[in-house]
Amino acid sequence: MLEIRNLHARIAEDGTEIIRGLNLTVNDGEVAAIMGPNGSGKSTLSYILAGREEYEVTEGDILYNGESILELDPAERATKGIFLAFQYPVEIPGVATMQFLKVAMNEQRKARGEDELSTPDFMRRVKEAAAGLQISPEMLRRPLNVGFSGGEKKRAEILQMALLEPKLCVLDETDSGLDIDALKIVADGVNALRSPDRSVVVITHYQRLLDYIVPDTVHVLYKGQVIKSGDKTLAHELEANGYADIIEAAA
Amino acid sequence: MPAVQETIDQVRLIDVDQYKYGFETTIEMEKAPKGLSEDIIRFISAKKNEPEWMLAWRLEAYQRWLTLEEPTWARVDYPKIDFNDLYYYAAPKNQSGPMSIDDVDPEILKTYEKLGIPLREQEILAGVKTSKIAVDAVFDSVSVVTTFKEELKKAGVIFMSISEAIREYPELVKKYLGTVVPTTDNFYATLNSAVFTDGSFVFVPKGVRCPMELSTYFRINEKNTGQFERTLIIAEEGAYVSYLEGCTAPQRDENQLHAAVVELVALDDAEIKYSTVQNWYPGDKEGKGGIYNFVTKRGDCRGKNSKISWTQVETGSAITWKYPSCILRGDGSRGEFYSIAVSNGHQQIDSGTKMIHLGKNTSSRIISKGIAAGVSQNTYRGQVSTHRKAENARNFTQCDSLLIGDRCGAHTVPYIEARNASAQFEHEATTSKISEDQLFYCLQRGIPEEAAIALIVNGFVKEVIQELPMEFAVEAQKLISISLEGSVG
Ligand SMILES: Nc1ncnc2c1ncn2[C@@H]1O[C@H](COP(=O)(O)OP(=O)(O)OP(=O)(O)O)[C@@H](O)[C@H]1O
Ligand SMILES: [Mg+2]
Repeated sequence: MLEIRNLHARIAEDGTEIIRGLNLTVNDGEVAAIMGPNGSGKSTLSYILAGREEYEVTEGDILYNGESILELDPAERATKGIFLAFQYPVEIPGVATMQFLKVAMNEQRKARGEDELSTPDFMRRVKEAAAGLQISPEMLRRPLNVGFSGGEKKRAEILQMALLEPKLCVLDETDSGLDIDALKIVADGVNALRSPDRSVVVITHYQRLLDYIVPDTVHVLYKGQVIKSGDKTLAHELEANGYADIIEAAA
Repeated sequence: MPAVQETIDQVRLIDVDQYKYGFETTIEMEKAPKGLSEDIIRFISAKKNEPEWMLAWRLEAYQRWLTLEEPTWARVDYPKIDFNDLYYYAAPKNQSGPMSIDDVDPEILKTYEKLGIPLREQEILAGVKTSKIAVDAVFDSVSVVTTFKEELKKAGVIFMSISEAIREYPELVKKYLGTVVPTTDNFYATLNSAVFTDGSFVFVPKGVRCPMELSTYFRINEKNTGQFERTLIIAEEGAYVSYLEGCTAPQRDENQLHAAVVELVALDDAEIKYSTVQNWYPGDKEGKGGIYNFVTKRGDCRGKNSKISWTQVETGSAITWKYPSCILRGDGSRGEFYSIAVSNGHQQIDSGTKMIHLGKNTSSRIISKGIAAGVSQNTYRGQVSTHRKAENARNFTQCDSLLIGDRCGAHTVPYIEARNASAQFEHEATTSKISEDQLFYCLQRGIPEEAAIALIVNGFVKEVIQELPMEFAVEAQKLISISLEGSVG
């Protein structure tokens, strides 16, 4: 699904290197967790996967289903099935959530040469997905993310993911700001989407989320590199001992 | 920031390529000699077969105008206009007034066809229902066709060019002309009073609800010619009328002047809804050419419980100087102003409204949405005032500005004067920017940049679009997207 080879990337504006020789492979159907201290480059990596122009790739490659995506713009990547649930979802004033969903779904369909969804078909899909995430119709009428609580924003991200049916889902701290019940709802939402042809990259600081979304692999990101990889037990280790030992071992 | 820079670049490219109405009609024209003088005014008046009093009125305005200075308080910047270097009258040869459609020069008919303006009396499809729209088509200095005149007349509604009305209904015109915007009002209004050439006249008698939408379509075609539109709409007691004007012009390197005066009078319990979709040629990407749009529009809520509402979608013109206003004279009267002003490229807009509360229990509402892109400047200038005796005046003002890119400017200049302690005025203003974060978020969902901008802009202007007659709402929305389009394909 995803293969990142010796990736180096910097901030386009000032040339600061953030990603410094990162390697990561995520197989079809795999759930990979990425952990790491604040500022280690997790969100930056997710933005680079999504194609944000603020960052410039200087070396290495990102292969998605065997093909480099470095030349694709963000909308093209989205259309090919790469989805990013933002750490800080952006407010879109004046645009009802429902309308945003419809435009996003139809733009993607259009780009793939598919027909637009009929209104009843669209409504049915939204209703179903929203109900599962306990998102009210009232919320769907409000402008996207405007005035949403932290938890509502995160649920709205997962709703979009469910409707857009991506192949590679990158969840950037989707658990932060969620209460226990909401965490469970969101995790159920993600688990429902797990399938052999869909991979999930979960960026998180806490084992708690990984209790619900059990990862196949865990990777530690530090200063723009993956310094250790393992299975789910690695996350438990980190929870118990912190990053100090691993960082020292890698140095 | 790369993403935004690109947007700015794209938006900056907006110019003639996007302007769909920039073509020119080649027909033989009859013009007054260049320049402005008493003789020219006599020429215009004679062309229109005007009664003596009308000529006297014009000449008085002209004398007055000679003593006035061009105003400079607006936030717009342009080279000095040489008023003697313009033509003040230009009409298709053999047509000094409206005629039967079969007699109109086919080139003119083709022009309106290209512009999508129905000059035949047909029903048009608007959404799911069909409706009739009466059109007065003004080509440079003259009205060429007015449709549905007879059908309207049966309902008691007079709809014709102002030139005809001066001849056919002199008493009505005399009674109302210049009573809302006096000839002494301001530099451009005074000029207009001296040299106005055509525009529409609407009279809806007591108790009549005008059975269809009325509209006037202004086209400037001739080079170096100013268009001086004069429109007068009167709604008698309990009458209702909805009126829409549209405007376009060919793309030319020279600037052209459009200085209009529009007067509305609403008597007791009458309502006038006046909508504008202004799409004059805005100039090219270097800021060359485009219309100078200096317009005085004012409505007088003369009767009790009368209502006047202005809705404007301003996307064109190099310079817009325009403040459709309401004088809330009648007790319980209401004024509304809904505006979308889109500036792009080098366009400059200084627009807003005045709500002047004179009667008791009057109310007004102002919703202004300014969108600035490119290197344009977009100013909202609004005044809300209450007279000493205006008990319980209420106003709600909301001014929102949206910036696209960071080389444009949006400004809000409210003037508030409450001379009566019972006045309740509310003012809200916001400025936002389509941020790089918002665009990236949309892109990440597969929504391309232009669709994302359109989505956000449409959300921003929704409140005002809803105020337009349904027949024009879709058109207006499209126009806004086109004005902000950067890279088609
Ligand atoms: N556009 C930018 N301008 C300046 N600094 C940036 C920019 N983007 C990222 N950085 C810096 O790069 C580093 C990595 O940031 P990033 O947001 O990727 O960290 P993170 O691992 O997601 O941290 P957290 O766990 O706190 O979310 C930080 O030091 C951050 O300040
Ligand atoms: Mg982060």
